Amino acid sequence: MHKIMSKKKIAEDIYKIVLEAPAVAAKRKAGQFVVLRPEETSERIPLTIFDSDAGKGTITIIVQVVGKTTKKIALLEEGETLLDVAGPLGNPTHIERKGNIAVVGGGVGTAVAYPVAKAFREAGNDVIGIIGARTKELVILEDEMKAITSELLITTDDGSYGRKGFVTDALKEVIRKITVAEVLAVGPVPMMKAVCNLTKQHNIRTMVSLNPIMVDGTGMCGACRVTVAGKTRFTCVDGPEFDGHEVDFDELTKRLKGYSDMEKHYIGHKGCNLENKV
Amino acid sequence: MKERHDRQKIPEQKPSERINNFREVPFGYTEEIALKEASRCLECKKPMCVQGCPVNVPIPDFIKLVKHGKFVEAARKIKEANSLPAICGRVCPQEDQCEKLCVIGKKGKPVAIGALERFVADYEREKGDVIIPDMPPKTGRKVAVVGSGPAGLTVAGELAKKGHEVTIFEALHKPGGVLVYGIPEFRLPKKIVESEIDYVKKLGVKIIPNAVIGKSATVAELLEGEFDAVFIGSGAGAPKFMNIPGENCVGVFSANEYLTRSNLMKAYRFPEYDTPIPMGGIVAVVGGGNVAMDSARTALRLGAGKVMIIYRRSREEMPARIDEIHHAEEEGIEFHFLVNPVEFICDEYGKVKEAECIKMKLGEPDDSGRRRPVKIDGSEFSVKVDTVIIAIGNDPNPLIQKTTPGLEVNRWGNIISEKESGKTSIEGVYAGGDIVTGAATVIEAMGAGKIAAGAIHKFLMGEK
Repeated sequence: MHKIMSKKKIAEDIYKIVLEAPAVAAKRKAGQFVVLRPEETSERIPLTIFDSDAGKGTITIIVQVVGKTTKKIALLEEGETLLDVAGPLGNPTHIERKGNIAVVGGGVGTAVAYPVAKAFREAGNDVIGIIGARTKELVILEDEMKAITSELLITTDDGSYGRKGFVTDALKEVIRKITVAEVLAVGPVPMMKAVCNLTKQHNIRTMVSLNPIMVDGTGMCGACRVTVAGKTRFTCVDGPEFDGHEVDFDELTKRLKGYSDMEKHYIGHKGCNLENKV
Repeated sequence: MKERHDRQKIPEQKPSERINNFREVPFGYTEEIALKEASRCLECKKPMCVQGCPVNVPIPDFIKLVKHGKFVEAARKIKEANSLPAICGRVCPQEDQCEKLCVIGKKGKPVAIGALERFVADYEREKGDVIIPDMPPKTGRKVAVVGSGPAGLTVAGELAKKGHEVTIFEALHKPGGVLVYGIPEFRLPKKIVESEIDYVKKLGVKIIPNAVIGKSATVAELLEGEFDAVFIGSGAGAPKFMNIPGENCVGVFSANEYLTRSNLMKAYRFPEYDTPIPMGGIVAVVGGGNVAMDSARTALRLGAGKVMIIYRRSREEMPARIDEIHHAEEEGIEFHFLVNPVEFICDEYGKVKEAECIKMKLGEPDDSGRRRPVKIDGSEFSVKVDTVIIAIGNDPNPLIQKTTPGLEVNRWGNIISEKESGKTSIEGVYAGGDIVTGAATVIEAMGAGKIAAGAIHKFLMGEK
């Protein structure tokens, strides 16, 4: 049982939750995730570890309500418990000193981008942050990102906050101004695809963190398979980060929607505006 | 008393009924039937059946107790050699093991050893007569067991009975391994697995779920920490795919995923349980083993209009148990032999709609001794499908091997361990079950566990 130490709503249907998970907190590195199950009838939900505190034995997760199980998590209050937390799972991000790193987060993907950005920063890189959302109310983690980036650019599709446009517009500008050693992009599939199309033109290595449907999260079922460089890989054990220039995003999009007729199930934006543009 | 009986059949649910539910197919023997069946045993002086059993259950001894109506005592007699009789009575391939060697099987049908084992184990449990054997004093030695499947549970139970302190680390949220995520309810009810695991817990074994060794902690960390020895029984975890075009279409599953959704996550009770699974339509299962049968019969119970088994060899080469093939046939599953998919074709949404198949013929025998299937050129044809389940086996999950320097593996990635001890290349680290042998049976994993437990005990007590 894992007690919820604190819970804060950070946007519509998005919550920041600190929970007790000492074993995970002790081992966790940037880029890894946990699999959660709030109660006996729940699905196993993979969620990136946003932050951790080994001393207190806690981890922080950001949960967006997209289906029944995430709704159950969102309804839990401080002091209540989650049944299962397994992890840390997946490979940690390969962090080294590279120079200028552009970290791009779209929607709730910012929650996945943040820990990696923080680790890059701690390794002595200059991190430029770009976060995008459909509209002002959905811009999340601005303060957290600001604290670990040398510059933070914010875009909204409707121009209600930051600059009007897409994250790719802001990234174009950054690439024009400075030499970017590597890009990390996390967000809805169309956003990651658009970022990769852009960086490919500029020959900038781009990592993406994928969040396909998973079941066990330990390499046992293959639900999370993605095609990378023409080969099938399991996101849970081979990823979750892959070279974005090699990922088959169209296949990923289709696989993410595999259960949408049975349940509103997949993580990412519904009706991403960038999708129409790509 | 001298009346000769035929082998007693186990009463079971009618096919027309059972395809609509997930309840267990056989009902099991009644006391009366069990007595009749037990009377067929000749109590051989040199029982061949015992040699056929990977854990050497004292078969004539327990059957003798059955003959005298001492059903609880019979169950306890089995438990001297096997802590999981209710499971083995159900899923062991007795026809290839104990019953194959039964003397009366030479002329007629062998004694139904599996059915009797199951009967006494169920009897003991239902009468609430499960007792914990007298435990020896604590040795103060600690053993970590990785994985709570048949191998791990056996090692843990055996070592606990020797007075060692055992902790099992299970990656999933529920213990049992393949008994829980793999084998469906209608073949192995989960309440039986739970009560057998309960028994192992009552022996003093601690089980920690959600602990993914290789991630949560490494084998080296376990040894540096509180544990004196480690047993790895992590199973044959990674599903094999065919590596053909269209295999990542939506609606193409590994059997592991399909069965895990249904069994572990209880998707067959969706929406009471949150995990979804496709229900209905035309389902094709690729493969000819027990897992393929389990997948096909699960699909049928989930409401499929038609379920096909597609197998590249012929009926004779099928690795599935005869009983399982028979059950599947009775339930109306179609068998397509000497056929293999070459491509899956999806619709505009990425959902699988057709399996392009090719006919096969049998050529020369291969390494496995079975005749190798060869494509017949120009024999391609296509089959309409809504769901495809790939059940062609598993590769070892590399999580532990990758994070344990010095642990020797073979070219397929299976951990190398000595057959007679389970010893690996690292001192104090033992391994057994599917992670060593590749996918095999529950009882073989238990056999390996029992052997390893003996070796670990000697190691812990400083014996050679």
